[in-house]
Amino acid sequence: MTGGPPPTPFPGDPPITLALVREHNLTSDEYRRIEALLGRAPTFAELGIFSALWSEHCSYKHSKSVLKTLPVTGPQVVQGPGENAGVLRLPHGWAVAFKIESHNHPSAVEPYQGAATGAGGILRDVFTMGARPVALLNSLRFGSLDDARNRYLFGGVVRGIGDYGNCVGIPTLGGEVDFGAGYAGNPLVNAMCVGLLKERDLIRARAHGVGNVLLCVGSRTGRDGIHGASFASEELTRESEQRRPQVQVGDPFTEKLLLEASLELIASGHIVAIQDMGAAGLTSSSAEMAARGGVGVEIDLALVPTREPGMTPYEILLSESQERMLVVAKPDRLAEVRAIAAKWELDATPVGRVTDDGMYRCRWKDQVVVEIPGRPLVEDSPVCHPEAREDEAIARLRSSRPTPHTPLPTPEECLLRLLDSPSIASKRWVFEQYDSTVQASTVIAPGGDAGVLRVRGEAFGVAVSTDGNARYVLLDPYEGGKAAVAEAARNVACTGARPLGITNCLNFGNPERPAVFQQFKEACRGIADACRALGTPVTGGNVSFYNESPTGAVPPTPVIGMVGLLPRVDHAVPSFARAAGDAVLVLGSTRAELGGSALWEAVLGFTGGEPPRVDLEAERRLVDLLVTAAERGLLRSAHDCSHGGLAVALAEVAMGGPYEEHPFGLDVDLTSYAARLSPYELLFSESHGRAVVTCAQDRAAVVVALAAELGVPVHRAGVVGAPNGTFRVTLRDGQIARPVAALRRVYFEAIPRRMGD
Amino acid sequence: MSKRVAVVVFPGSNCDADTLAAARAAGSDAYYVWHRDTDLRQADVVILPGGFSYGDYLRSGAIARFSPVMRAVEAHALGGGPVLGICNGFQILCEAGLLSGGLMRNARLKFLSRPVRVRVEATDTPFTCLSTTGEELVLPIAHGDGRYVADAHTAAELEADARVVWRYVGDNPNGSTNDIAGICSVARNVVGIMPHPERRNEALLGGPDGARVFQSMEAGHATQHAGALRAVGGRHDGM
Repeated sequence: MTGGPPPTPFPGDPPITLALVREHNLTSDEYRRIEALLGRAPTFAELGIFSALWSEHCSYKHSKSVLKTLPVTGPQVVQGPGENAGVLRLPHGWAVAFKIESHNHPSAVEPYQGAATGAGGILRDVFTMGARPVALLNSLRFGSLDDARNRYLFGGVVRGIGDYGNCVGIPTLGGEVDFGAGYAGNPLVNAMCVGLLKERDLIRARAHGVGNVLLCVGSRTGRDGIHGASFASEELTRESEQRRPQVQVGDPFTEKLLLEASLELIASGHIVAIQDMGAAGLTSSSAEMAARGGVGVEIDLALVPTREPGMTPYEILLSESQERMLVVAKPDRLAEVRAIAAKWELDATPVGRVTDDGMYRCRWKDQVVVEIPGRPLVEDSPVCHPEAREDEAIARLRSSRPTPHTPLPTPEECLLRLLDSPSIASKRWVFEQYDSTVQASTVIAPGGDAGVLRVRGEAFGVAVSTDGNARYVLLDPYEGGKAAVAEAARNVACTGARPLGITNCLNFGNPERPAVFQQFKEACRGIADACRALGTPVTGGNVSFYNESPTGAVPPTPVIGMVGLLPRVDHAVPSFARAAGDAVLVLGSTRAELGGSALWEAVLGFTGGEPPRVDLEAERRLVDLLVTAAERGLLRSAHDCSHGGLAVALAEVAMGGPYEEHPFGLDVDLTSYAARLSPYELLFSESHGRAVVTCAQDRAAVVVALAAELGVPVHRAGVVGAPNGTFRVTLRDGQIARPVAALRRVYFEAIPRRMGD
Repeated sequence: MSKRVAVVVFPGSNCDADTLAAARAAGSDAYYVWHRDTDLRQADVVILPGGFSYGDYLRSGAIARFSPVMRAVEAHALGGGPVLGICNGFQILCEAGLLSGGLMRNARLKFLSRPVRVRVEATDTPFTCLSTTGEELVLPIAHGDGRYVADAHTAAELEADARVVWRYVGDNPNGSTNDIAGICSVARNVVGIMPHPERRNEALLGGPDGARVFQSMEAGHATQHAGALRAVGGRHDGM
């Protein structure tokens, strides 16, 4: 096929003008690069392909140079970044595949479908590795629930995620939701999927074998979602509402069939590669599979099954219709492949083949409409090195304090205000809408520190968590990046699991602005340092830039998805007090660190000050202690101390799980604890490296000795009280005392009340 | 000898594997039957598992009732063979007319996933024969269309015949008629339950309560013959 005539325009194609190039989000520099690469002007379809593959969303052009600095290796890493999902090694030949991804822009204009298709996309990324999805998690950010539009977005996103995951049959095991004014115009929807596989069944998305056949499997291609990748690479404007038709529509039933068909195809050995047609659809899936395999591909677009007649090559290439797979199969196995697809009521249609000339070529019957050197198309995408410079306003914010004239209410009133603040309050209203028990493997359900699931037939289990606190990142991106990893590790370790590795979803504003790029760069430096210190390499993830609306950029929000290994899943430690009379211990040190705290934000409406510093060595020691104590069966509960400080952590330990009928009282004496701190600092500082644990009285001395041995400060703070008792914290000059049932009402009703339920 | 338990797989079933595992854990010889299969003669018991059969795009269970396997399920049921429908399976049994009443959108209009408490009300079914009347179980629910609804006449009949098998205790999660969580047919061999016993059948998963259902199924001597006798007799005095 080499040396043929150059591609020609398809009938009806618009002429390539500078205005058209701009509309495709390509700069004139990038356009010159395209002409140089091709040795001629591109066709309309080619322009569309470059626009998609060289968009920020697909090419990572602004983030690539920074992402290279993240640690990605370790003995547990089976597959690092660059594939559909990362893979870590588990015992006995098992492995865990996992990834997190954003669907922010679609969800901002069409919350239900935007969020649903986000869940669908991340599921496909995991099952195309040959892994069966066993858990979903999601990290969500919205503006204040006092605003009707935010309530609409929040309700729609939760329903969208729920309806999709519930139908496919994947339990949601965790996640987090946070609210802040900065997300009002641009909510964040990050979905993470975790899958299990036997390491030997791992399949990679690499086309190979000249003559092998490309097949489209699953749904037909429609006109929905065209240019979704480019949409995700620009700021939201008032006109973004008109992008609604570009938001794809999800069909979880087809997804379920596709899941079963894909896993059966992979297990059958009849296929050599498989990839989701996700962002940029057929274009990115075929071009990336070819580039990874170092081969060319040739596709006859007229063969692609379409939903409507008259679709052009441009539309077929760039459609983001959901629930479609591109599969590469050996030519002598086509009948078997089609039979497996047919069993699951899906079409499998041959549309092209693997070639040896390295070209990315598309034709429409006999007419060549696209012909681009494959490797440069994917790998020589532009790289930007934007300027990074901290915004002076942020530096000022960091050194500011709340005005001394606004006195704080009593500690008890502060605690109640925090328990009622939607960012801290129970998210039961959210996770009740997600099936959390399907697959019958849920050991610790949502509502605690991390979700825990068993692996059938094995003694070990897996713990999963997502975390990120944008307040810290806003005030100090480096410390905030560290904090996100540290908190995720702590949450996983609280269940007794050893943190293994992370995936990250990096949600930021427009990277072309130096202040945003500085946040990105510094947050990544923090993530990298924390991952090195905690031995949790980065296995992949997603960068979401341009999270900006007319009111400005979202707060910088890196979200960390952490996976941990629990050697004995029956030793999993829950987050809540479980027996009256147990000892309550505070692990770690509390310092005067109210900067960026929930107290200042929820009670004083002030976000500022220096956020708490993360001592990574102390963090590692705390993780060691939690894991070791759980292994030895010493702990009855363990709960991370973070947002809202020690007071909120203690209250959560007492209030118990979302369906606890007899929550425990708690009697804690802090009169001799951290003597130099004010009661507010003592109760509400968000110092890292802390946890509250409970254990049987006769084990307390052992825990204290173990803590001393491992270098973790420990304070015996009190005892678990009677069922339905009083939550009491005694301070040097006063106390907090409330029936635990009263705390529960505040904590569990904060969100339903605001949502009108 | 172990019971032969057929777990029917519809496109969109997603509790098939959990149900198969729970049946096997109770000692049954459980196997899958594809929705296109039409032969259930090898089965002692048939289970329709939870999920979203055919996507449930029309109405939960409304399309599944027309699938080829349902003729065989009907034949098995009419012959007195035990049939259990869990969640979506319950919806399908109602749509197929093998159980009376139907399942509607939850009263609060939202999908609801949480543990609930149910009381065993009837122990003369193949799936509750090891339970005692009044025994309380904690089981998970996960449904959007879980509100069991029957007209006043049907509900009165269900109560008079003691065909309410499980009832929610305390909080009724979906607003069902008479707090109904599960019922059986007139012949008592066809049983539907909204909560998921297969998801809570051992300590690791929160407790063993759900295992009672599968252990009853394995222990019961409800043969097709015995069921047929009961169907003829209408009322009966338990097993």
